[in-house]
Amino acid sequence: MSKINFLKPDKSNLYTFLYLGSFLFFVSVLDVLLNSFFSLNLTGFLPDFLSFLLPLIIGFIGLYFIRIELSGIKQLDLLNKHINTNNFNAVLSLLIIFIILKSIPPILSWFFVDASFAGDSKDVCTGSGACWTYIKVWIRRFMYGMYPNAEQWRINLSFIALALLGSVGYFATDRFKKYLTLYYVVIYPFIAFLFIFFFISGGPVFFDFSYGIIAAILSIIIGFFIPSKFKFYYFLIVPFGLYILLKYFIFYEELIELGKLDGLNWVETGAWGGLSLTFIISFFCLIFCFPIGMAFALGRRSGFPLIRYISIGFIEFWRGVPLITVLFMSAVMFPMFLPADFFIDKLVRCIIAISLFEAAYVAEVIRGGLQALPRGQYEAAKSLGMGYWRMHIFVILPQALKLVIPGIANTFLALVKDTPLIFVVGLLEIVGMLNLAKTNPEWLGFAMEGYVFAAIIFWIICYAMSKYSYNLEEKYKTDR
Amino acid sequence: MNIKLKDIGPQLITVLAVVLIFGFFTYNAQVNMENRGIDFGYGFLSQESSFDVQFSLIEYDGSHSYFRAYLVGLLNTILVSVIGIILATILGVIVGIARLSPNYLINKFAAFYVEFFRNIPLLLQIFFWYFAALRALPLPQDAEPLLGVTFLTIKGYFVPAFIWENFNIFFYSVVAAIIAIIVIRINAKKLQETQGKQTPVLLISIGLLLILPLLSFLIGGVRLSFEVPVLKQLATTSFIYEGGVSLPPELIALALSLSLYTATFIAECVRAGIQGVGKGQKEAAASIGLTPNQVLKLVIMPQALRIIIPPTTNQYLNLTKNSSLAAAIAYPDLVLVFAGTALMQTGKAIEIVSITMFTYLSLSISISILMNWYNKKIAIQEK
Repeated sequence: MSKINFLKPDKSNLYTFLYLGSFLFFVSVLDVLLNSFFSLNLTGFLPDFLSFLLPLIIGFIGLYFIRIELSGIKQLDLLNKHINTNNFNAVLSLLIIFIILKSIPPILSWFFVDASFAGDSKDVCTGSGACWTYIKVWIRRFMYGMYPNAEQWRINLSFIALALLGSVGYFATDRFKKYLTLYYVVIYPFIAFLFIFFFISGGPVFFDFSYGIIAAILSIIIGFFIPSKFKFYYFLIVPFGLYILLKYFIFYEELIELGKLDGLNWVETGAWGGLSLTFIISFFCLIFCFPIGMAFALGRRSGFPLIRYISIGFIEFWRGVPLITVLFMSAVMFPMFLPADFFIDKLVRCIIAISLFEAAYVAEVIRGGLQALPRGQYEAAKSLGMGYWRMHIFVILPQALKLVIPGIANTFLALVKDTPLIFVVGLLEIVGMLNLAKTNPEWLGFAMEGYVFAAIIFWIICYAMSKYSYNLEEKYKTDR
Repeated sequence: MNIKLKDIGPQLITVLAVVLIFGFFTYNAQVNMENRGIDFGYGFLSQESSFDVQFSLIEYDGSHSYFRAYLVGLLNTILVSVIGIILATILGVIVGIARLSPNYLINKFAAFYVEFFRNIPLLLQIFFWYFAALRALPLPQDAEPLLGVTFLTIKGYFVPAFIWENFNIFFYSVVAAIIAIIVIRINAKKLQETQGKQTPVLLISIGLLLILPLLSFLIGGVRLSFEVPVLKQLATTSFIYEGGVSLPPELIALALSLSLYTATFIAECVRAGIQGVGKGQKEAAASIGLTPNQVLKLVIMPQALRIIIPPTTNQYLNLTKNSSLAAAIAYPDLVLVFAGTALMQTGKAIEIVSITMFTYLSLSISISILMNWYNKKIAIQEK
């Protein structure tokens, strides 16, 4: 009995076991460390199998010895509580420590130590590490697709302008705050469309862009004099009306001539690509799918049976099919459904398809929020004499949307992650460009670098988005 | 009258709009097809397809019909979905439980896995495995045997084939074992509820599953032999394994990335489910003297499953739909074989895309009906 007690770690002989255990644990970690960083095998004299398992056995005995409950030493108690609660956990902890130690050197050497950064041809990539030169040479293609190098400032300028215009909400004073919703729902998408479609396309439509900007500015200026009761309808109609007026009735002939003189070069949408195309598609689908989804969510909860069934049919249809078949449909089947002389750009078709697809998911998320609201909210709003639209806009939707922020964020995240699929219809965003670049005969064999690069970019974007949605959720969390 | 109009008006407008849009589309489609001289119809399904498919579960070559090609694609889709669902469930449950581990290292390791794989587009992961990772595998002639008889090479994973004699007897014995287990389980539950007696169901089940098939070998005349893949030289530098079963690299890449990606979502569902069971439940169960195993089996899991199953079903559906990304790496699934090759050959865009979409719709709906049935079965019986 005493012999067993001797082997059982106890508080009475605390320091004996502590020193012995820590020493054994330290030895096991050191062995693996030396093995992985300096490829030294301390236990090489033993048979292979034993030499492989020895650190695990030594470390396990070490952890067993230092597993002393209520030792009174703070660090030791913390260690025991977190990684060393029982034998099973001790083995798992050791395994994870060893895996991390083992995997650091190869990863480090591939990423940095043996990697080539300099130069601009394949010849410099002779080491066993990554060839970041490949990324450096191709970076413009990965970012902008086949968009001409000389014109890429237009994409940059558009994105900067949109980011600036998008951040207006943070700087708006209280006086303008009440117009922010209107701004973000109507004006901002309008300007965004002008910038992205006309400014980046350039060519003859560049003057469409200038008409649009003039129309937007004019309508905002006039908007200040419109009574606030009509403001919503005003902004819904007037900018588009002004734009059409300008384009077809006032400036048309004169500016077309001017446009031929010094307009921007025309870049067709087929040449757009790379990461900027990912942003463009995500941006537009995000803007479009939200209102469509909201409409169908309300439709699915509507009291009118026909509207309800149509909404259910729409939602279940889009949710039941994979996005890739939807894109196929937009590419090969949709043109059959349009009049013969009517042509819709491939990119626009893609954006419509993805928006409708994601709208069904947004609709289900919003419906969840609508269902989670207690009936009392509806009844209270009705008892105040509010109609259907007033009730939803002022009472129901603000609360329901607050509830579903995480769900909406997840849907948007899925949208961003789905954009690479557009390669099936021949649009090359960053993943498509990678596939193109890796088949270039001068740069064969660097698929890994390209995919790792794209993975890092997407990971940063998606992780940032999910963290932001988490913050948003915390910010709008109201006690109910 | 006024009230009636208010009720009917919006519906009428919506229906009218839907009918108009559909009418517009159908009219245009008719005009377009007439102009191009295409006729609408599903007759092409019985025509000879005259294209080959690399990997198929049923016998198929160019002399078979388009319908057979459709079946090949469908079976390949189902195959990769089933493999993916099984792997993703196993991995997802392990990671989900690991996320709740008190062990700091395990917990963080699982969290890292989830955050890492969840935030990278699936398509990128498929490309990574297919074009980068699996291309680093050895050529057939340099491959070291794994587990003695299987070979993981750049041309696929070669495993021995099972050659059965009297397979149906073996199959019946397994079915009989499963039926017996179900009967025993139902009886055990009754015994538990009426008399409070516990039966070692798990041990009996394992025993039955082993003994009955074993009996079929001893008495039923079932024989099993293996056909081990053998290296064969095609040309001076070109080798391939013959015999056995070969899993193409497309299938491996697809199943791997689908399960790694979906497992992260399943892990989150499992974690949410287990966290969703109140702490009081566990304490109450322990206080009436149940052992930790019983607490997990009889109290925690039945409640957690109720929370876990609906979102997990959604993930299974997503996995099935995501398997259509196979087209990107030329794994011959439904989209590639039917909506790709067959569409190119026949030009029947509307028919083929609609059949493909309808197939996915029915796959989704059948999985969700199955899962709803199960969900209802385990739901709380409220009186």
